Amino acid sequence: MEIFQQILFIIAVGSTVWFITKRIQLISRAIKLGRSENRFDHADERLKTMLLVAFGQKKMFTNPLVGIMHFVIYTGFIIINIEILEIILDGILGTHRLFAPYITPVYPVLIDVFEVLAFGVLAVCVVFLCRRFVAKVDRFQEERHREMTRWPRTDAAIILLAEIFLMIAFLTWNASDSVLRDRGVGHYGELQGIVPDFIISQFLKPLFLNFSDNALIAYERSSWWLHILGIMAFAVYVTYSKHLHIALGFPNVYFSDLQPKGEMQNMPEITKEVQLALGLPLTTEPDGSQANDNGEQPGADTPAEIGRFGAKDVQDLKWINLMNAYSCTECGRCTAACPANITGKKLSPRKIMMDTRDRLEEIQRGWKTHGPDYRDDKSLLNDYITPEELNACTTCQACVNACPVNINPLDIILQLRRYRVMEESQAPASWNAMFSNIENNMAPWKFSPSDRFNWADQVNDVN
Amino acid sequence: MTQEVKTYTVPTMADMAAAGQEPEILFWVGCAGSFDDRYKRVTIAFVRILNHIGIKFAVLGPEEACTGDPARRAGNEFLFQMQAMSNIQVLNSYNVKKIVTACPHCFNTLKNEYPELGGTYDVIHHSQFLQELINEGRIKVKDGESFKGKKITFHDSCYLGRANKIYEAPRDVLAALDADLVEMKRVKANGLCCGAGGAQYFKEPEPGKKDVNVERVEEALGTGADTIAVACPFCMTMMSDGVKNKNREDSVKVFDISELIARGEGL
Repeated sequence: MEIFQQILFIIAVGSTVWFITKRIQLISRAIKLGRSENRFDHADERLKTMLLVAFGQKKMFTNPLVGIMHFVIYTGFIIINIEILEIILDGILGTHRLFAPYITPVYPVLIDVFEVLAFGVLAVCVVFLCRRFVAKVDRFQEERHREMTRWPRTDAAIILLAEIFLMIAFLTWNASDSVLRDRGVGHYGELQGIVPDFIISQFLKPLFLNFSDNALIAYERSSWWLHILGIMAFAVYVTYSKHLHIALGFPNVYFSDLQPKGEMQNMPEITKEVQLALGLPLTTEPDGSQANDNGEQPGADTPAEIGRFGAKDVQDLKWINLMNAYSCTECGRCTAACPANITGKKLSPRKIMMDTRDRLEEIQRGWKTHGPDYRDDKSLLNDYITPEELNACTTCQACVNACPVNINPLDIILQLRRYRVMEESQAPASWNAMFSNIENNMAPWKFSPSDRFNWADQVNDVN
Repeated sequence: MTQEVKTYTVPTMADMAAAGQEPEILFWVGCAGSFDDRYKRVTIAFVRILNHIGIKFAVLGPEEACTGDPARRAGNEFLFQMQAMSNIQVLNSYNVKKIVTACPHCFNTLKNEYPELGGTYDVIHHSQFLQELINEGRIKVKDGESFKGKKITFHDSCYLGRANKIYEAPRDVLAALDADLVEMKRVKANGLCCGAGGAQYFKEPEPGKKDVNVERVEEALGTGADTIAVACPFCMTMMSDGVKNKNREDSVKVFDISELIARGEGL
């Protein structure tokens, strides 16, 4: 019987690892569709940003109460996972609380900490469910945000309910185990005097006092199994979910933009053309790349991008834009801060990120059904993101500022605009007028450049 | 004292070069500062301050051209780089080292986007420049109009604030007026755009339920301020239009920080 459980457990762990590896490979292949760009520079600054923003959750504390609640789930997630180590070893070796006899003095302290966090996670998940579905926090509502369709809302509910379920399983497992230990049943009794009652689960023990020994063993075993299988299923589920930010949030912040938010990225391939047009000496490499790019990142081969200015589809974006899309947990802080969205325009920075991920996943489905080189005839621009959305952006960077994991929706908007303007000549008519004014009159308005200094005539006029 | 005749001068880089001189600082006027009737008054106020403190400054005059900011943000990178490189050629030919500008869009572009194209200068926004003058005691804001008891609220420009993290300089400048500074709810890093950035100024807004500048002006009016202070030509237009939209132009005025300082200094 014991050995049967062990084999089953090893199969479960094995298939989880196999599944997740497959998912990681698929997601990293999708991210590598993006254009290469070296983001391994300035390691010190990047590390510092990651410590502050990702590990320290700095931007979550813009709203301190929500910041604290999220911090509870976050620390709970990281710290309770230490207990997973023991659970997995117990599962493989067929032992029970393997570490307890070896670290007897600290063992209960550790489990107490896990239990307090588990209770905290449980409570916060309930609050978060209420915020979404009872208090109806605006940024989560479909009536206000058309990207909050059925799936994103269901996804959020599944995650919160799963976490509540896992925490209940963990706490009641400890409680049923304590009762078994008190009664001295089988191997459970062997830990009497070594393992005491725990800080939270001791209060749950009364629930089990009427259970027979066998019923108690059945509950203990099933809660143990449901807890660990739940964690494995959750880990796989996360790779399909918006909840992937728990893993990608860290690298995403590490590789995030370092330049001032107002600085829009230069296009070296255009610098070359402009230098030729103005008869200036060239400062860029013939292929348009700026001096050597060592520490290559995803998507080193670039033939597709030559001759296309800006981005029409995900392949034209940079790999970091695609990692951004997978790191987005659809919290909507960007959209809540967006002046266009606030005033009822169609643009929603969150939708830009969700569209980018949806498009990537559509491409992945194409790979599965038609082979890895399959290209459909759809594109991120037009099929997902419309010109009306793009044109509404004021480039105010409020979305960039608001994102707790340093996602930059504006960068995607700008690249799509570049494609529309430079490849399709599809700027709004008044923008075309502005362009021609700049070109001909050196100002965005139709004034004669020779009148530019006329203001100086009025400098001595009385106010 | 009341009839003191002041004459202000505006030397150009070309004049200076012809005289074999170099200015301490170049004042980059910008397109709005050169052509927009309302913002020309800001340019003049700032030039008077420059004259008043006796700094050796110059402008490019007719040699100045749009930095290309709206073109780049609208997606026309070609046009942006054409503008940038031509401007850099002019600036470098005059050996320009330090630039001050009253436009956050010009400021951001000159400071952050020109270096990669070969134009590296020490660029400051006029709010920082005025802050320095006040800190050094070169401007005392004493001889002119008193702002005591006036209620002023400052509207952050995206390209000064979020883009370049300059939040305190304009507020320090306003503090020198000894007025009553009141803050809106969305300020500094969380400041709400006036609606003009990203080349929005040059086209009609997309369909929506409200214009961005109206949303922002409602917030500004909510503070009870009688003066909305700005530090950007586009914010100036958007906020002024918003105040008109709310029919409050008689009781609420929009001013650039340099205009307020010039008035406080009696210039």
